Amino acid sequence: MPNLKDLKNRIASVKNTRKITKAMQMVAAAKLRRAQEAAEQSRPYTERFNAVMGGLAASVGGSDSAPKLLSGTGSDQVQLLVVMTSERGLCGGFNSNIVKLAKKRAGELQAAGKTVKILTVGKKGRDQMKRDFGDTFIGHVDLTEVKRVGYVDAQGIAKDVLTRFDAGEFDVATIFFAKFVNVVSQTPTAQQVIPASFEAPEDDGATTLYDYEPSEEAILADLLPRGVATAIFSALLENGASEQGARMSAMDNATRNAGDMIDKLTIQYNRSRQAVITNELIEIISGAEAL
Amino acid sequence: MADTMQFDLVSPERLLASVQATSVQIPGADGDMTAMPDHAPTITTLRPGVLRVEGASGTTEYVVTGGFAEIGANGVSVLAERAVPKADMTQEDLDAMIEEAKTVYSTAQEFFENEPGPVDDAAKLLSDMVAMGEDIGLTSR
Repeated sequence: MPNLKDLKNRIASVKNTRKITKAMQMVAAAKLRRAQEAAEQSRPYTERFNAVMGGLAASVGGSDSAPKLLSGTGSDQVQLLVVMTSERGLCGGFNSNIVKLAKKRAGELQAAGKTVKILTVGKKGRDQMKRDFGDTFIGHVDLTEVKRVGYVDAQGIAKDVLTRFDAGEFDVATIFFAKFVNVVSQTPTAQQVIPASFEAPEDDGATTLYDYEPSEEAILADLLPRGVATAIFSALLENGASEQGARMSAMDNATRNAGDMIDKLTIQYNRSRQAVITNELIEIISGAEAL
Repeated sequence: MADTMQFDLVSPERLLASVQATSVQIPGADGDMTAMPDHAPTITTLRPGVLRVEGASGTTEYVVTGGFAEIGANGVSVLAERAVPKADMTQEDLDAMIEEAKTVYSTAQEFFENEPGPVDDAAKLLSDMVAMGEDIGLTSR
């Protein structure tokens, strides 16, 4: 049986842990609110952008002159997987879930004889992906220094991806991130960005016929690269909110576990103390009886 | 005929303005255009320039780069990659933007030696930036 002093130290240390996890939970809650606001504020842009692109893509998409970013290169041999994860750990299964989905997809593609290339965003994903797919890495984007994800960061990633596409390094690009559903649930999601797919607007018969300046094709060619950046930006924001949500619930669990542990240890401590007292009493009584 | 229309200015990061406007002057890629209520539905890409919104509370001006404007039945929406109220625009911002355009121009010159298309586009972007700088009263080096 552990002695009293050890137990006491143990209780003190678990109490400290509980304080830390509690603080981390509060910080995550505050950050989550900010991340959700950011995601909320980017929504009008994304929605309108996709609506206009949907209309444009529907009218131009069928023709042969459609840009490659929309129609694809005509092959799906080389696949680029952009895996977006967080820069920090201690957020439950957040990173593992994204990586698991990406690994599954990469495995399937390789089994089908395709070439897989991986670009990671976020340190945690890189470390996990490296174990199995280290030889397929083509790059990593470090956002450690970025305090608040801005559109500029998304543009940077998009530029990297587009340069590689123009150089013919891959045919299809898919981004992996976690969609924020609510605090306890984040869904790992795969979204294909190149060739781009936009949901065609609902055809309610009242579709407006637009004049295009300069021309439909020119606008589409101008906007498609921006569409990649927009998709990456909203994925980054979703990821940011998901990360904080996952961390918050993970830390909530940790705090509760620490509480349970403290209760158990306290009972054990009290029992041992009682046992020591009983022992001492027996010794005294038997000593007195012997006289 | 309605005398005002809904005007929205959105950047990827936030909704900058959502007001009733009587007219909106848009720096379109093929030239400036002014949209008033009941304008024919049009979609145009933007060049770097100044967006002027006239509403009940006077004229508001924004500096916008990259993106497009959608003039529809319900009003005007401008989606700009970068949009800053003109008063908040500083010399440093402009310098950074011009610097960026210059880099794009020089890389375009290197990459597309025999293709005039992208080089011309980049040159236009740069000159648009400079013109915009002069328009808003900042010097461009």
